[in-house]
Amino acid sequence: MAQLEIRNVTRRFGDFVAVDDVSFEIKSGEFFTLLGPSGCGKTTLLRMIAGFDLPDRGSIVLDGVDLKDTPAERRPIHTVFQSYALFPHMTVEQNVAFPLRMAGKDDATIRSTTRAALEQVKLDDKGGRYPHELSGGQKQRVALARGLVNRPRLLLLDEPLGALDAKLREQMQLELIRLQKDVGVTFVFVTHAQAEALALSHRIAVMNHGRIEQLDEPSRLYGFPKTRFVADFIGNVNMLDATVASTGATLSLALGKLGTIAAPAKEGAQPGQQGVYVIRPEQVSIRAAADAAPEPNQFEGRVYDFLYIGDVTTYIVDLADGHRIEALLANSLPGRARFFDVGDRVRVSWKAEAGAFLDA
Amino acid sequence: MSATESAPRSASSQGSGLVRWLTSAPPLAFLTIFFLVPSLIMVGASFRFPGELGALAPLFGPGAEGEETGLTLENYQVFLGDTIYVQIFVKSFGVAALTTLACLVMAYPVALLIARSPKRHRNLLVLLCVLPFASNFLVRVYAWMIILGPFDLLFSRLAVLVGMVYVHLPFMILPLYTNLEKHDPTLLDAAQDLGASAWNRFWRVTFPLSLPGIFSGSALVFIPVLGMFAIPEILGGKDDWLVGNLIKESFLGTRDWPFGSMLSLMLTFAVLAIAGLAAWLARRGVARA
Repeated sequence: MAQLEIRNVTRRFGDFVAVDDVSFEIKSGEFFTLLGPSGCGKTTLLRMIAGFDLPDRGSIVLDGVDLKDTPAERRPIHTVFQSYALFPHMTVEQNVAFPLRMAGKDDATIRSTTRAALEQVKLDDKGGRYPHELSGGQKQRVALARGLVNRPRLLLLDEPLGALDAKLREQMQLELIRLQKDVGVTFVFVTHAQAEALALSHRIAVMNHGRIEQLDEPSRLYGFPKTRFVADFIGNVNMLDATVASTGATLSLALGKLGTIAAPAKEGAQPGQQGVYVIRPEQVSIRAAADAAPEPNQFEGRVYDFLYIGDVTTYIVDLADGHRIEALLANSLPGRARFFDVGDRVRVSWKAEAGAFLDA
Repeated sequence: MSATESAPRSASSQGSGLVRWLTSAPPLAFLTIFFLVPSLIMVGASFRFPGELGALAPLFGPGAEGEETGLTLENYQVFLGDTIYVQIFVKSFGVAALTTLACLVMAYPVALLIARSPKRHRNLLVLLCVLPFASNFLVRVYAWMIILGPFDLLFSRLAVLVGMVYVHLPFMILPLYTNLEKHDPTLLDAAQDLGASAWNRFWRVTFPLSLPGIFSGSALVFIPVLGMFAIPEILGGKDDWLVGNLIKESFLGTRDWPFGSMLSLMLTFAVLAIAGLAAWLARRGVARA
């Protein structure tokens, strides 16, 4: 059931098209993410949903009602800002009570609802503090409690974890998921951090140059990127220039002088068509050169370098013809930092159903 | 916070101690010689007798003919003995309060406008606010005589108020602007986002956050107005004399320095009492807000 509909929304700033004819729907109770690099239009879109900005063309429809005549203060949509934007002259309790007070609730309701909201984010003992007396994580939780206290239809989150350090961010991610599940409010999350988007979202819209490149579930986005941009932006990927040699049940791709590989079929691919073949490092197996691989796509190469990350090691392998490919190997033996050394002759291989051929 | 800050400060203070003394000694000496010492002289003067030809009568030994010498509480007795002085004090505080209020009401929208105009225009707008200072104070006050004369408003309480407000308005605009300019605009977005109307965004966010600016602006207007004698003298009638006129008259007119000193001291105490009360109220207000 669509709760928010974005219909052909366009927003220009002078000659710059910030949001370019974007349409999508967000379902009720969903954790929806707008993901993209800075300047991709995700924040402009968020500001238009919140009501701080208006589309030049198209409409934003909430629960079947066009929002164009509803100013920000009357939209049942709240925002958690990147800087939190807590009111410095108000205590935690007064901050959280603010939307209730603006909605004209009576004092008893305000008190009990505020208390419940603070309990939900485990800050019920900090109600009398001022924002400057709180840590970054605590401020974040106050902002969340304030945004959710009078149960908006939508909660917009504008890079809310950007200011936190890595450990705390991970903790807050889990807390966000729990909170969203508890209150059932639809979340629209804006971020440029792809790992965060994958971990949190039910669905992700990847934006670039004001358009949506792909809208999908995290695992499909990662596993089946539809464009070169999406493949590159989400996760690590090997990208090889390729030309379609023949089509059929599987696609046959010519990788320059390297030879031909088998790849999953792509609708509309024509022989002779040029593009890129993308494959994730963890889909590439690496073994000693002498071992024959059971997979159809295999090449010999030499280890150029490797990155030891702890749980895994990434090997960078030089293939013939100047191609270079990354392969990921789990360090499954304790104390084992690497299986291969720089300069070792190795064989890389991958399955015919792995990777994808994309338009250049 | 103090623990983490004090460590590096004490380490560096040994090297910079001399520098700090050298830089702060001249202004300290200036204030001691030209403010602290004269203030103490004035305290002393308020307990003495006037000299026959002005100034002060000698503290010891015989004075000129008709002069009383030594120390006395007479000045204070005169002040407390006649309600006229207290009345003038009350009137002065009333004029100062009204002037401050009028300045605040007029300066706030101006300061807000400047603070919210594009950055490249702000300095120019501030400059325009202080531009009147480029011409002489008395010229500007006399100009009001010409303006108010035809309307039959001259030499009245209203004329005094108009002059006071006109002269002191920039002193309210500047601190208010300095404060408002620092406000984070995201806070207003947040307030609107959470359901606050334009009025509530001002009254619950902008206004309370601007209180420090209001207090410093009010102090910069209220205190000088209390001591101002030129404006009442030029624009006001004989009934519009304020404390400032009384003090000026004591020193330059009747040449009763001890009485003028006493009035000055009483004014200082009254201002301190009011400033203390305001600070106390402000602290309570912040704690509650």
